[in-house]
Amino acid sequence: MTADNNILLKVENLVMHFPIYRGVFRRQVGVVHAVDGVSFDIKKGETLGLVGESGCGKSTTGRSILQLYKPTAGSVYFKDTNLVKLRPEPMRMMRRELQMIFQDPYASLNPRMTVRDIVGEPLMAFGEASGKQIDERVASLLDLVKLNPDFSGRYPHEFSGGQRQRIGVARALALNPSFIVCDEPISALDVSIQAQVVNLLEELQERLNLTYLFIAHDLSMVRHISNRVAVMYLGIIVELADRSDLYKNPLHPYTQALLSAIPVADPVYSEQRRRIILEGDVPSPVNPPSGCRFRTRCPIAVEKCAQMVPEWRELQPGHFVACHLA
Amino acid sequence: MGEQLIDVQNLETHFKTPDGIVHAVNGVSFNLKEGETLGVVGESGCGKSVTMLSCLRLIPSPPGKIVAGKAIFRGKDLLKMDSEEIRQIRGGQISMVFQDPMTSLNPVMTIGKQMAEPLMLHLNMNAEQARNRSIELLGMVGIPNAADRLKEYPHQYSGGMRQRVMIAMALSCNPQILIADEPTTALDVTIQAQIVELVKRLRDELGMAIIWITHDLGVVASIAHRVMVMYGGYIIEEANVKDLYVDPRHPYTLGLLGSLPLIHEETHKKLFSIEGMPPVLYQKPTSCPFAPRCTYAIEHCWKENPPLETVGEGHRVACWVDPMKGSK
Repeated sequence: MTADNNILLKVENLVMHFPIYRGVFRRQVGVVHAVDGVSFDIKKGETLGLVGESGCGKSTTGRSILQLYKPTAGSVYFKDTNLVKLRPEPMRMMRRELQMIFQDPYASLNPRMTVRDIVGEPLMAFGEASGKQIDERVASLLDLVKLNPDFSGRYPHEFSGGQRQRIGVARALALNPSFIVCDEPISALDVSIQAQVVNLLEELQERLNLTYLFIAHDLSMVRHISNRVAVMYLGIIVELADRSDLYKNPLHPYTQALLSAIPVADPVYSEQRRRIILEGDVPSPVNPPSGCRFRTRCPIAVEKCAQMVPEWRELQPGHFVACHLA
Repeated sequence: MGEQLIDVQNLETHFKTPDGIVHAVNGVSFNLKEGETLGVVGESGCGKSVTMLSCLRLIPSPPGKIVAGKAIFRGKDLLKMDSEEIRQIRGGQISMVFQDPMTSLNPVMTIGKQMAEPLMLHLNMNAEQARNRSIELLGMVGIPNAADRLKEYPHQYSGGMRQRVMIAMALSCNPQILIADEPTTALDVTIQAQIVELVKRLRDELGMAIIWITHDLGVVASIAHRVMVMYGGYIIEEANVKDLYVDPRHPYTLGLLGSLPLIHEETHKKLFSIEGMPPVLYQKPTSCPFAPRCTYAIEHCWKENPPLETVGEGHRVACWVDPMKGSK
């Protein structure tokens, strides 16, 4: 279990496979290796960034941590309790501590509920408040996310994307959680609104001592908000390091390519820098490549990479990487 | 850069909605030269796509209507052409690549058939010629085994591959202008980098002009020669790419650049955020459309909408204030 008191969440060897069924008898013909053995821990009050391309398993990781999917294997320790082994009722009570902010502010709010009902629902579900108390709590939550409390009678369609995301944040905060999974909370928003929401998340973290798992594909935003960053590729974490360390000194060839592919809003800089353009697409997670999963697109792959799965090594203090050649 | 290819003057487009008339484009003027890449930047609803769609008369009408302006292409006004003439131009001399390659390809037609269509229509090729040209085009955009892949359907292609097909189709009739409407927004970063490199290579090989519509100031920095920033249906700033990033003059451009985290930033700074949200214009504004969100706004900003004025070589700005020096 967790020896270090500062560790809030510890993920060990998390595996999430989705079965594929085919034919008249719905026989299982294979599995999607969405997450294939992921381990990391998150310290109290920190933000761990989780980046990768679509289909790499970053959202599945976030959802399996919260037990929204039942993991195939592995354990998730939250304050010394293994969530995977928890029975439904204790797990339900545990959910007060574990919340989520979703990507799509249009799909994640019920269009037939008013803001008061959306934000107040968790309070009712856990019997934390009733009647007038709910109104008061909702008003203070809306105030916290910088929305006008007078809007609590309105419906989601009356708000813009950025405002809806604030409603989602208010709902996540209703039960005073300590850990929030932010699943691409800003990628559906406009540039000028993204900065508003990121600043809000940072302020709330400071005020309420929150711990975030921040999932995103935008590497520059992840760098901005995270303390440490983990890079995922095809179901596994290939590199994990302190944010400035990772961006200054990426050790995995995938991280290097990913960083060099970020468009930079500086024409002089983007002319000078060397870009690594990866060939091809991400392989299918149904049949991941043998050995190192990145080898099919890796510019420096050698024979060994096809035969052996690279070990997860700590090359520098706090800087982990899974590559034979790093 | 060569001769002027297209010259748009005072374009205005309205949409009729149940809530009133939305003024989507409010008098936009710009031009494009041969071989030039023009970046058009702005947030959703700023009119960047509608401006370009209007030039090709692709606005659904009703509810949309082009109410004023000219778009002169090779001496003729695109907005006054009859439907047969404009059809010859669309997909021929001016072609377009859209944001979402899945919805812009026909899911029940093979890639080969879809690619042959414009070739047979615009270049009067027969089926055999069209097939050969399609194979050549797919090779050009980097799709291996092109001959076999022509028989496949869009769902058998990945997102990046589909966008390559869209680009191949857009290039099939050797267009002089390629309009790319957020072509990489739906793609992953590594695939986005592939597509940007591909378009740059093809531009240099084929010498066409490109209008690249995007909300991503990063992508524009790496591909455009000149950039136009739009807000509320107006061009609020236009400059050569280096000037815009080094010397932005409009508070909105400044705000957009400030709200981006820099990948090579050393210390953690709070992001600059522009408060409020982009407007929906039900009336032609009498004040600066950005004034309600602007931190530099002075009294005059509420009285009159600033015109687009030249402030340097190729640098135009619509603002009453110089954010670097205070009021003008």
